[in-house]
Amino acid sequence: MADINIKINGIPVTVPKGTTVLEAAHMAGVDIPTFCYMKEINEIGACRICMVEINEGRGFRLVAACVYPLNVDGAEILTSSPKVLDSRRKTLELILSTHEKKCLSCVRSGNCELQTLCTEMGIEDVDAYDGEKHVYEIDNSAVHMYRDNNKCILCRRCVAVCSKWQGVGVIGANERGFKTNIGSAFEMGLGETSCVSCGQCIAVCPVGALSEKDYTNQVFAAIADPSKHVIVQTAPAVRAAIGEEFGYPIGTNTEGKMVAALRRLGFDDVFDTDWGADLTIMEEATEFIDRFKNGGTLPLMTSCSPGWVKYCEHYFPDLLDNLSSCKSPHQMVGAIAKTYYAEKIGKKPEDIIVVSVMPCTAKKYECQRDDESAAGVPDVDYVLTTRELARMIRRAGLKFTALPDEDFDNPLGLSSGAGDIFGATGGVMEAALRTAYCWLTGNNEEVVEFQEVRGTDGIKRSTVNINGTEIKVAVASGLANAKELLKKVQSGEEKLDFIEIMGCPGGCVNGGGQPQQPASVRNFEDLRELRAKALYDEDAGKTLRLSHLNEDVQKLYSEYLDRPGSHKSHKTLHTSYVKRSVN
Amino acid sequence: MATKTTVPFNGTAEQEAKLLAVIADHKGDPGALMPVLQQAQEIYGYLPIEVQKIISNEMEIPLEKIYGVVTFYAQFSLYPKGKYNISVCLGTACYVKGSGDIYDKLQEVLGIGDGECTADGKFSLEACRCIGACGLAPVLTVNEDVYGRLTTDKVKEILDKYE
Amino acid sequence: MKTLQEIQQIRDAMHPELELRHEGSQEANSKYEKHVLICAGTGCTSSASLTIAKTLEEELEKNGLSDKIQVIRTGCFGLCALGPIMIVYPEGTFYSRIKAKHVSQIVQEHLINGNPVKELLYDETVTEDGIKSLNETSFYKKQHRVALRNCGVINPENIDEYIGKDGYQALAKVVKEMTPDEVIQTILDSGLRGRGGGGFPTGMKWKLARTIVPDADQKYVCCNADEGDPGAFMDRSVLEGDPHVVLEAMAIAGYAIGATQGYIYVRAEYPIAVERLKIAIAQAREYGVLGKNIFGSDFSFDIDLRLGAGAFVCGEETALMTSIEGNRGEPRPRPPFPAEKGLYQKPTILNNVETYANVPQIILNGAAWFAGMGTEKSKGSKVFALGGKIKNTGLVEVPMGTTLREVIEEIGGGIPNGKKFKAAQTGGPSGGCISAENYDVPIDYDNLIAIGSMMGSGGLIVMDEDNCMVDIAKFFLEFTVDESCGKCTPCRIGTKRMYEMLEKITKGQATLEDLDKLEELCYYVKANSLCGLGQTAPNPVLSTLKNFRNEYEAHVLAKKCPAGVCKDLMSFSIVPDKCVGCGLCAKNCPVHAISQGDYIAPGKKRAAFVIDTQKCIKCGVCMGNCRPNAITKG
Repeated sequence: MADINIKINGIPVTVPKGTTVLEAAHMAGVDIPTFCYMKEINEIGACRICMVEINEGRGFRLVAACVYPLNVDGAEILTSSPKVLDSRRKTLELILSTHEKKCLSCVRSGNCELQTLCTEMGIEDVDAYDGEKHVYEIDNSAVHMYRDNNKCILCRRCVAVCSKWQGVGVIGANERGFKTNIGSAFEMGLGETSCVSCGQCIAVCPVGALSEKDYTNQVFAAIADPSKHVIVQTAPAVRAAIGEEFGYPIGTNTEGKMVAALRRLGFDDVFDTDWGADLTIMEEATEFIDRFKNGGTLPLMTSCSPGWVKYCEHYFPDLLDNLSSCKSPHQMVGAIAKTYYAEKIGKKPEDIIVVSVMPCTAKKYECQRDDESAAGVPDVDYVLTTRELARMIRRAGLKFTALPDEDFDNPLGLSSGAGDIFGATGGVMEAALRTAYCWLTGNNEEVVEFQEVRGTDGIKRSTVNINGTEIKVAVASGLANAKELLKKVQSGEEKLDFIEIMGCPGGCVNGGGQPQQPASVRNFEDLRELRAKALYDEDAGKTLRLSHLNEDVQKLYSEYLDRPGSHKSHKTLHTSYVKRSVN
Repeated sequence: MATKTTVPFNGTAEQEAKLLAVIADHKGDPGALMPVLQQAQEIYGYLPIEVQKIISNEMEIPLEKIYGVVTFYAQFSLYPKGKYNISVCLGTACYVKGSGDIYDKLQEVLGIGDGECTADGKFSLEACRCIGACGLAPVLTVNEDVYGRLTTDKVKEILDKYE
Repeated sequence: MKTLQEIQQIRDAMHPELELRHEGSQEANSKYEKHVLICAGTGCTSSASLTIAKTLEEELEKNGLSDKIQVIRTGCFGLCALGPIMIVYPEGTFYSRIKAKHVSQIVQEHLINGNPVKELLYDETVTEDGIKSLNETSFYKKQHRVALRNCGVINPENIDEYIGKDGYQALAKVVKEMTPDEVIQTILDSGLRGRGGGGFPTGMKWKLARTIVPDADQKYVCCNADEGDPGAFMDRSVLEGDPHVVLEAMAIAGYAIGATQGYIYVRAEYPIAVERLKIAIAQAREYGVLGKNIFGSDFSFDIDLRLGAGAFVCGEETALMTSIEGNRGEPRPRPPFPAEKGLYQKPTILNNVETYANVPQIILNGAAWFAGMGTEKSKGSKVFALGGKIKNTGLVEVPMGTTLREVIEEIGGGIPNGKKFKAAQTGGPSGGCISAENYDVPIDYDNLIAIGSMMGSGGLIVMDEDNCMVDIAKFFLEFTVDESCGKCTPCRIGTKRMYEMLEKITKGQATLEDLDKLEELCYYVKANSLCGLGQTAPNPVLSTLKNFRNEYEAHVLAKKCPAGVCKDLMSFSIVPDKCVGCGLCAKNCPVHAISQGDYIAPGKKRAAFVIDTQKCIKCGVCMGNCRPNAITKG
């Protein structure tokens, strides 16, 4: 496209024809606030907070910057004229007239996009347009989250991610006009629908209308209980994102400080889910090779992502036999902690509390599933999101940035680079292929990188040739992509041997439990790519890059489980699935 | 919001077969949802969850999307209509000639509000936009019957006709 | 399938029949001696015109007149206030408000004996020197029918009658003799502007859709028949009275822009229109004027119906398209405009019914003919739906540039009951109220905008001194609040807050500062809303604030409603010297707020009654029951 010359607040800028005002302003270093806008999936121009003045030769008028394309050479744009500021203030005041303004007790206070903008715009009277207001019941029916429509500003970002990214669509706009509200069909609670608990809606919510069920107080209490041995573990993606909560640039790996913080919070053991990832590879690679060689059900589909597992149960119940029976890595860690490790330290499983810090809200649901209790008690007791951990750190007054870098505890703390990359889409596939390659070729220590399954594409495919044997693999992240792929698998259009699916677009690094970045960041940075890079860098920097070479995992097998896929492994590390209906 | 009490769903197999045929008729039509909902409402008289679920499953459209569409348009109803559905025109011409009073009077006499149905399933009441009979303002309809040039004291008389 | 030649044969065969339908026609070649036209539009149908038609046919049969006199069910004649309507040709006698029981009398006296039944004729047509024809009445005299030319003249369910009125000749002309560019140029030259609201030049729209995406694999022609303005029913009348004109025009548009598929989005609340469209489409397909290779050319075009489901916002073009696609009818941001990305993201034109109804005539008579009517920037004629406080409620079509006075006083017959004109509302919820000072402004697109209203689709509601302008503004706002789709913040919340402020005013709780705040919010909603609905929603408030500010101030400062409409500002009292003490008021008071006092007026036998204003709910029942008119409100 040809370039055109425009002026933003009097400063000349050259942009490709068709660029939106929002993008052009961003290029010129001017931030225009947005609520509803999400590139490609929610370009609806609805909230009207991004109104700017534009003159394309016929005088100045207000347009929505997020969706207005620049096609006229010489256009002049004003982004902070009195008229623009007045429009923005009135829009805020109107939104405030329907918004429950309990900011002091709101979970989003401090990183609420509405609150921030009100401060920036100098809103003086939050009741300027006081009037009728709907009162909604808080929906607490889902295991993992609350939906509080009293705070909803109807930007519909949650609706867009639920339907467009996840292909689930259990929330949407109902009624019309002033009565419009976001909800589920027939006012069902989220827990009654086929919501998969991915939490993407929470991650993109600009305000406090959507939030995870917070277990920080229960965890503080468990730590303080002398009769309990409290173990914490952290998923790979948490270290790649928690720094954002404390001012680090996106994509900074703060593993060492995170471990130090957990120790200072008083956890008895600080373990690493990455260790569990290595263990998962032992089981899953074994399962794959077994199915591949012995004519088992193929393609094998990974089961690390509980949002994906629940999606499969609701929407593709016919493919449940393809789903790996392996528990997800943190459930494996929990199971081992309450069996093998409990024996080692001489504790009863019921006296051990396992807390998982996850980038994920579906894990809150997963830990309450049936058949996830190897020792007769739940493998994992509490799942906290990355955000909740950050809350605990702040509540405890820990100066995160000033903490030293520390290492995880043993014996469930050592991990390979293959385990680290589980947090990014394609990571599980690559880790499994690295091990499968070694096992099938007999080159037990050769590290092969599988670049084709890396990157943020929604669906990736590769044919891997190991000693003349072709293995067809595919990787999908985001459930709408998964749906597209699986429809083709079901129809026979696509013949595959092994599929990795992650519920969230980009994998766990972009999980529903990760730090919430405001629209001004989300719309211009690729969180998936930046955070994934932190994990791939960690992998590249390690000497131990193959799961099967993890000595502590090997020790677990020799001392306790015997071998991957053994009867005991199955009892401890594998689970089962149920068919569910769609609502 | 789906909170009003209503009569239990008792759709027949015949109705379901009709609905499935309608859906099959529209296969491959990208804009099929509206006509399907309109015909479903003709078949069942309203669009309860049972009916919307059939449409959702057959057309592979999320139930919530269907519900969002149904609650957007005034014509679609989540509740059954009474044997006699009374519709009072509140269009401009009727309004300036006092149809608001007629509507209030009906609510008072029947003891029901907008969109509701009397407990015996006999009358349901709704306000409607201009039906184009402005020359007869103010106007109400009872099913297909049109009553024009109304006054509030005619309300009782009209209701008495429907026994 | 009919060839063009066959179509022309039908036209020639139908010609004498249609010629008969003129007053005093000398047509001798028609099959029938007389035609009796009965309105089968919504208005007349609701007062049983179809029963009358059936009774008439039975009566004719009984008298052996079935092959001499033909009964034709037509669309709307326009004078809905007088329905059911029946016209007898060739004499052109105009029966109004007839009932089934009058039929045999008309048959006997008029159709058999040749003496029109005077007492059943429209009173204005009966003069001392005889009977006037329809076109001599003040209602019809000043009208100029282009869009409505066939309404009330032909049987809309018979394609042959439409063909008899040169139907599908324009389509034949464009397909056989004109290039698409020539068609577009003709429409451009005619000056035709959209009759549905904004008044965008129709030819321009077509030109954009033809050129903007050169390699589009599919384009669409849509017809907006989702007429939703309260008080507007001109599109319904065209669809009911002349459905083929819309089909023909859409096919012409399809030829012009390069589309093969059309959609008519019609309100489900118009069952008669829907039915007639279905019949018309089936007939048009049968004759091959819709479908593949029209008139043997390589141009193919078909039309499907889509029914609206009760959402006013779907009259907005992008919302209409979202609705056809099977979604909540929420508007999309523009640009991109539908000419570029419309229905299913393909280039699409959308025109309303009345706009299309002008197209075939423009093609047949030429651009200059059409441009010869109207004002400098608004060409042709416009249909208005007269309603409210006016004698002749109904449909009229007048040249652009006719004044409000002419429409209301001359055609509309003025305001009934000797009341005074206060305001005319045009443009429905998007328009404004025009005050008496603009009574003589020629009506066209630009003048209406200049005086704070807009053309809209053509609803024209007349108000007299009994209408409170704050209440009217509140009424329209209530409509908008109800019909707002809820997508954008200014319209969803802003209109609601505006409504609440108006409520405050009508309750006498507002201050002058509130008026300023209301006005400010109006300008905000206008400038910031996503679509036309929100952008025009404040117009009824702004225009009344401008033209009737004194009424607002009376509510705010004096806490009075000058028109006596706003209940909270009203009180009823009994004038003791007029009260005869009959007690009817007290007997009928629903809240027992009236009791007998001690005062006996001079010359009266019983003590006067008194209203307890604390208990009074201002229902007005007492006033209606008081025979000596002793009760006043104020």
